[in-house]
Amino acid sequence: MADGWAQVREDRRFVRGQGRYVADIEPPGTTHVGLVASPHAHATITSVDASEALALDGVLCVLTGPELAAETEPLRQYLDLPEVRWRPLADGVTRYAGEWVAAVVATSRAVAEDAAELVDVEYEPLQAVMDPERALEPDAAPVHPAHGTNELVRREFVWGDVDDDFEAADGSVSLRVRWNRNSTVPLETFGVVAAWDRGRDVLDVWASIQMPQFPEQIAGSLGIPLNHVRVHFDVDVGGSYGVKRGIKHAVLAGFLARRVGRPVKLIEDRAENMHGGDFHGPDRIFDVELAHTADGVVTSMRLDVIDDEGAYPGRSPLQLAKPIGSIVGPYTIPSVAYTATAVSTNKTGQVAVRGFGQSPTNYAIESAMDALARELGIDRFELRRRNLIPPDRFPYRIPSGTSYDSGDYQAVLDKAAGLADLPELTARRDHLRQSGLLAGIGVATCLEPGGGNAIFENVMNPANDKTTFPEACRLRIDGTGCVTVVIALSSAGQGHETLVATLAAQELGVNAANVAVARASSLAGLPSQSPVGSRMAIMLGAAVRGAADELKARLVAIGAHQLGVDRTAARYEDGAVVAESGERMEWGELVAIAHRKHHLLPDDLEPGLEAVHVAQVPGGGTLTKPDGTVQMYPTFSFEAHVVLARIDPAIGQVHLDEYAIAHDCGTVINEDVVRGMVLGGVAHGVGVALYERFAFDDGGQPQTLSFVDYLLPSIHEVPQVQTTEHCTPSPLTSRGQKGVGEAGYMGAPAAVASAVNDALAPAGVAIRHVPIGPSDVWTALRATHGVTA
Amino acid sequence: MSAPLKVELVVNDRAVSAEVQGRTSLADFLRDQLGLTGTRLGCEHGVCGACTVLLDGEPARSCIMLAAQADGLSVTTIEAVGGPGGELTEVQQAFCDTHAVQCGYCTSGMVLATEALLERTPDPTEAEIEEALGGNICRCTGYGQIREAVRLAAARTAGGDPEPAEILEVVQRG
Repeated sequence: MADGWAQVREDRRFVRGQGRYVADIEPPGTTHVGLVASPHAHATITSVDASEALALDGVLCVLTGPELAAETEPLRQYLDLPEVRWRPLADGVTRYAGEWVAAVVATSRAVAEDAAELVDVEYEPLQAVMDPERALEPDAAPVHPAHGTNELVRREFVWGDVDDDFEAADGSVSLRVRWNRNSTVPLETFGVVAAWDRGRDVLDVWASIQMPQFPEQIAGSLGIPLNHVRVHFDVDVGGSYGVKRGIKHAVLAGFLARRVGRPVKLIEDRAENMHGGDFHGPDRIFDVELAHTADGVVTSMRLDVIDDEGAYPGRSPLQLAKPIGSIVGPYTIPSVAYTATAVSTNKTGQVAVRGFGQSPTNYAIESAMDALARELGIDRFELRRRNLIPPDRFPYRIPSGTSYDSGDYQAVLDKAAGLADLPELTARRDHLRQSGLLAGIGVATCLEPGGGNAIFENVMNPANDKTTFPEACRLRIDGTGCVTVVIALSSAGQGHETLVATLAAQELGVNAANVAVARASSLAGLPSQSPVGSRMAIMLGAAVRGAADELKARLVAIGAHQLGVDRTAARYEDGAVVAESGERMEWGELVAIAHRKHHLLPDDLEPGLEAVHVAQVPGGGTLTKPDGTVQMYPTFSFEAHVVLARIDPAIGQVHLDEYAIAHDCGTVINEDVVRGMVLGGVAHGVGVALYERFAFDDGGQPQTLSFVDYLLPSIHEVPQVQTTEHCTPSPLTSRGQKGVGEAGYMGAPAAVASAVNDALAPAGVAIRHVPIGPSDVWTALRATHGVTA
Repeated sequence: MSAPLKVELVVNDRAVSAEVQGRTSLADFLRDQLGLTGTRLGCEHGVCGACTVLLDGEPARSCIMLAAQADGLSVTTIEAVGGPGGELTEVQQAFCDTHAVQCGYCTSGMVLATEALLERTPDPTEAEIEEALGGNICRCTGYGQIREAVRLAAARTAGGDPEPAEILEVVQRG
């Protein structure tokens, strides 16, 4: 391979079609699950008759919600909501269209689906509540009557003298923006294979999973000890971006595997994935208000958000807390009031989505910054420069108590403007306008918090006092001198094998090509919180560093002993131990002594060269303080987007002509992986801005059941994106790295919306929601004078 | 259930004779009956392109085609791309060299669609690349590195040995 080309080891199996996804795993005797889904958004289930299904040749069992509920615990939720019970199958009441009501197990998938169609379910429809603001009204139909209200949680925070700052301001702008319901919608649906080993009393689980505490939640719901659940992490995950949290799928499959005594495979079909899997993302209404000086310096902010969780909140309301850790974005806003309300409606349940609530919040803040610029007649780039945190003020403490580690936001914005050639881009925009089209330039500057400690659980629910989110690796130098790193997580395209091999090679001074990476199961493995929250470069960096330091110290002890010098007089250098005199002991000799020559080992050393290091989140973790201040994330990556959008006023269709992004995630460990994350995140954000929405009618019927209705951007819709990297290393991580898994997506929706609204500015209108479809543009233009549409 | 149908086709240059149910899709036949699991199922309604195989050399969606419809035809799956000893084709190598891959789930279809494109259009324009890959959704990469992979494979197939800077989108580092 020529120098300069990518070195990502995972790619070589995927280009051969040799990825091993959960659908490819089929233990002998595997049976298959077919699902019965509710056609009603809200209904009482009056009867389930499975007799015809059970009579079908090949059907092994039909399971209903009440049967499952009698023998399992509800799925875990992170708020204290004892009356909101989330289960794999609806128990007596169905709360959204598409919710699973019964499950069939059969000897083939086709028979399971045939049988599911024969299960006769009778319903008595109930009133559905679909609008989150309507759901909060006292007379709204409750989704969970025993809970008493559709308000699941409401948290109010005030950091600083917000009222005084608004009083003293020269002016203020306020606006409402709507982030409509979308999700990451990976190409691979969620799947799980579960097998109960009666002889060993172990539940084996293979799943397309990206989920913290997945084994714990399976064990908890099924009521079996955690050390009897073995989740296999050597499964390739076909995309996730946050959502592959199929705990209800795994509990259902695990239960069925025990019941039928055979392996059970549950692979969602696309419609099940899009509406039955509880994999929707944030669905938010923001009211934003900025207080400002006459020259556009923002002096305070009020941010009020309502998040429509759908029927079952699970972990999703925690996504209202993460933005607290960067509540002022990259700006010097000195005081903030933040109110977050989570609401239940009769929609599919929500789950974590790329950025864990950060991208919608960035969209709200950036929309407000653009509105302020327009109000004051200040250039949007200039307005941001007046408000960006200057590089000499890091570490920078924001009003909500979080310290930003490092950054040079001005320099990155300048790079983005330079990469896009802003003067030339502006000339192109103006030329397009003169030719009769609408055209606009968009800008967004925003942060990507990385490597968090999960204290958002404590922020939203003080009873949850978790303050850490550790990650571990096992580093081994075997008796032949080969290096292996063992991790205990599955990956969905982030290149973790390449990451870990590179980190281990850097720490040990050996060739990365010779470092193997293996994945342990949850029983054989190590503490892991899974690859969420842009954390693996940070956390595995720390874990590998810790383990490597331990092994290097042992090698130095062995080398110094042989060379007859004090340990402090020898050092480790690229696989050898070197004394101050220059005398050396090479890798092979050191390894041989460690593994096989006890007589040459120093007295205080055990044989072998293996170390496990459990890494704590950099900066540690403490509970939220009584004044609501908190540090959830240690590192803050930054990105600046510049976009040129062109709109044909006759049809309202938006086309992105140019896209440039400047990005700073500190030290880059693998350029190709980082660039891929940035480009992929931008594409995902373009989808959110222009195409992707889970829509429902007023009665709760989903309107987007396939890729024909829910539009994923193709190569035609995603522009060729120019990228540039800037590097302000983090002082908190092993090599200065920060998170990158959510890059691009953090700012793309805001930037594209900014471009559309710049295009609409001459017409005097703005669109305050995403996605922005042709009909939205057309409607906005039609409302104006002098524009025919 | 109706009686199985007998089909005879060529799969990856080998004659295959099999009995299939009338309702069995080509994708399920390849994956479940022949064990060729490199073909992926994404949407199962003909939109995403993950299940792309070559049918007499042309890309086709195996999820919305019945196995019975492939009777008498020649099917190429990802397992037949590359040499018997694991050698990569120019297209596969280019996908690795540009890191045009993340989760890998669309990759089988992307590689096959690209092989077909370069077979008929060795030096494609950007518009031809977009047309050829427009039916293959990738949720990870944003298509940038995939575009580069196609260009790199085309250049190498034509005998060139381009440097990364000649292929990659503008990337500045500082």
